Amino acid sequence: MGMTMTQKILAAHAGLDHVEAGQLIQAKLDVVLGNDITTAVAIPEFHKTGATEVFDKDKVVIVLDHFTPNKDIKAAEQCKKSRTFAWEKQIKHFYDVGTMGIEHALLPEQGIVAPGEVIIGADSHTCTYGALGAFSTGVGSTDMAIGMATGETWFKVPSAIRFVLTGKPAKWVTGKDIILHIIGKIGVDGARYRSMEFTGDGIQYLTMDSRLAMANMAIEAGAKNGIFPVDDITIAYAKAHTKKEIRIFEADEDAQYDETITIDLSTLRPTVSYPHLPENTKTIDEAEKDHVVIDQAVIGSCTNGRLEDMKVTADILRGKKVNPHVRTIVIPGTQQIYLDSVRLGYVEDIIKAGAIFSTPTCGPCLGGHMGILAAGEKAISTTNRNFVGRMGHVTSEVYLASPAVAAASALAGYIVDPEKMAGGEQ
Amino acid sequence: MKAEGSVFKFGDNIDTDVIIPARYLNVSSGDELAKYCMIDIDEDFVNKIKKGDIIVAGKNFGCGSSREHAPLCIKCAGISCIIAENFARIFYRNAINIGMPILECEQAAKEIQPGDEVAIDFATGTITDKTTGKQYQAQPFPPFMQELMNQGGLVEYTKQKIAKQ
Repeated sequence: MGMTMTQKILAAHAGLDHVEAGQLIQAKLDVVLGNDITTAVAIPEFHKTGATEVFDKDKVVIVLDHFTPNKDIKAAEQCKKSRTFAWEKQIKHFYDVGTMGIEHALLPEQGIVAPGEVIIGADSHTCTYGALGAFSTGVGSTDMAIGMATGETWFKVPSAIRFVLTGKPAKWVTGKDIILHIIGKIGVDGARYRSMEFTGDGIQYLTMDSRLAMANMAIEAGAKNGIFPVDDITIAYAKAHTKKEIRIFEADEDAQYDETITIDLSTLRPTVSYPHLPENTKTIDEAEKDHVVIDQAVIGSCTNGRLEDMKVTADILRGKKVNPHVRTIVIPGTQQIYLDSVRLGYVEDIIKAGAIFSTPTCGPCLGGHMGILAAGEKAISTTNRNFVGRMGHVTSEVYLASPAVAAASALAGYIVDPEKMAGGEQ
Repeated sequence: MKAEGSVFKFGDNIDTDVIIPARYLNVSSGDELAKYCMIDIDEDFVNKIKKGDIIVAGKNFGCGSSREHAPLCIKCAGISCIIAENFARIFYRNAINIGMPILECEQAAKEIQPGDEVAIDFATGTITDKTTGKQYQAQPFPPFMQELMNQGGLVEYTKQKIAKQ
């Protein structure tokens, strides 16, 4: 019986010719990642194992991105634990204020992750790197600790759902809209424990930034990982960003899938997820009819804080003013994206429109800082979760959408189709 | 290993943000985190429970973030077991790794009512609702997991492995 793409990568890292769904394996890890919240919990567990050094100083990555620049004294103390540990253990890829970016924007950009690798991270959105054709998945702090100590972890080999993406998406339909549509279709547990393997001729129309946004949200369907085949776009991206070996794995033709779901991308519309689950999706046309008045727009996060996202935001805001009742917060994913946004004039466009342009941070996405909502307030956000209380007060509401929808809505003051705001009328 | 206590019941898709909101994640001590366990879904939860009590929930319990703080705060609050129709995968893995007992049993999750007195035998996977007298059978942990749990979780298991090398 053939193997899925995910199964092939796992088999290669477990030293096995063949694996099948349900099998428990021990796999070698190419990268072990943690952030300021999860590394603080992993460090004491690491010490309890009796290990004195990490398995490989080049393969452990620590990024202080959630509560940084430190939002309060407790966060400062917590970050200090990671900083001390990283310095002591001479972690090569340690990113603090100054070099820090949002981890899942940073690692692909810096070439720390590459196609064909196995990556675990103590952050649920570690599944992002599946966009590059790697197996990557989120774990907890204890798994991170053991990964740092041994360079290995156990996995239960997942079965998979195959998503055949056909056709070319329309102008305002991005990877974010596609993944929200998919989660709306299969539910927040629709891919629980399984891989989401994307394939089909529609993939050629998806930029790397769009693919990263899609793989990023595989976890919001409960998936273990989301993964894209390696094509010319992947290879061009990898060559531009990493010196690591590019290992290409392909699903066998006779690979077994639990299910195959075909989606014609040309039929999709910009999509919005209503509170309080990412599966509560509506098309922009339905959302417009609801006339959802917003108090805040957040554009950024590990899902949509990349250069393409900054560009579309600037393109929509350029020469206009955001609605005075909408606090508009734009957060680039990394320092490089920040610099590029300055160089390309996006920052000027965004600030002149009445929005703010922040240093990279996860901040408001998880209700950490930099844009917390008061009781009853509503936000349109390009982030990945809209759970109860996610961005602030338990009665506040988060609507998930693409940067184009969020920027257009910031201008209008309510959730709106970007087509309506991009043409000069306001 | 056995557990016994009163049941507190929750619905489907209980996410890690309501189990322990991110605004409390600027500390990592389990006892500190336990003070805020389930605060965004039941503000008074930690005052109502007593040591040994049991959470019963619907499907996809623990979805969302990978924060190990979620099973940790439930464990440190004194909950002896979580029974759910099923669990989100990272939560499931984290719970096992830190030694927070969890069982998947659809029928028990549906039928057991809030306030019922429930007894659990982890070796056999038997769940007894002492209030109604009904018994349910969950899958006990597979041998691989049992070994890990017997050794006190993943850290102890790894410690012994490193010591042998």
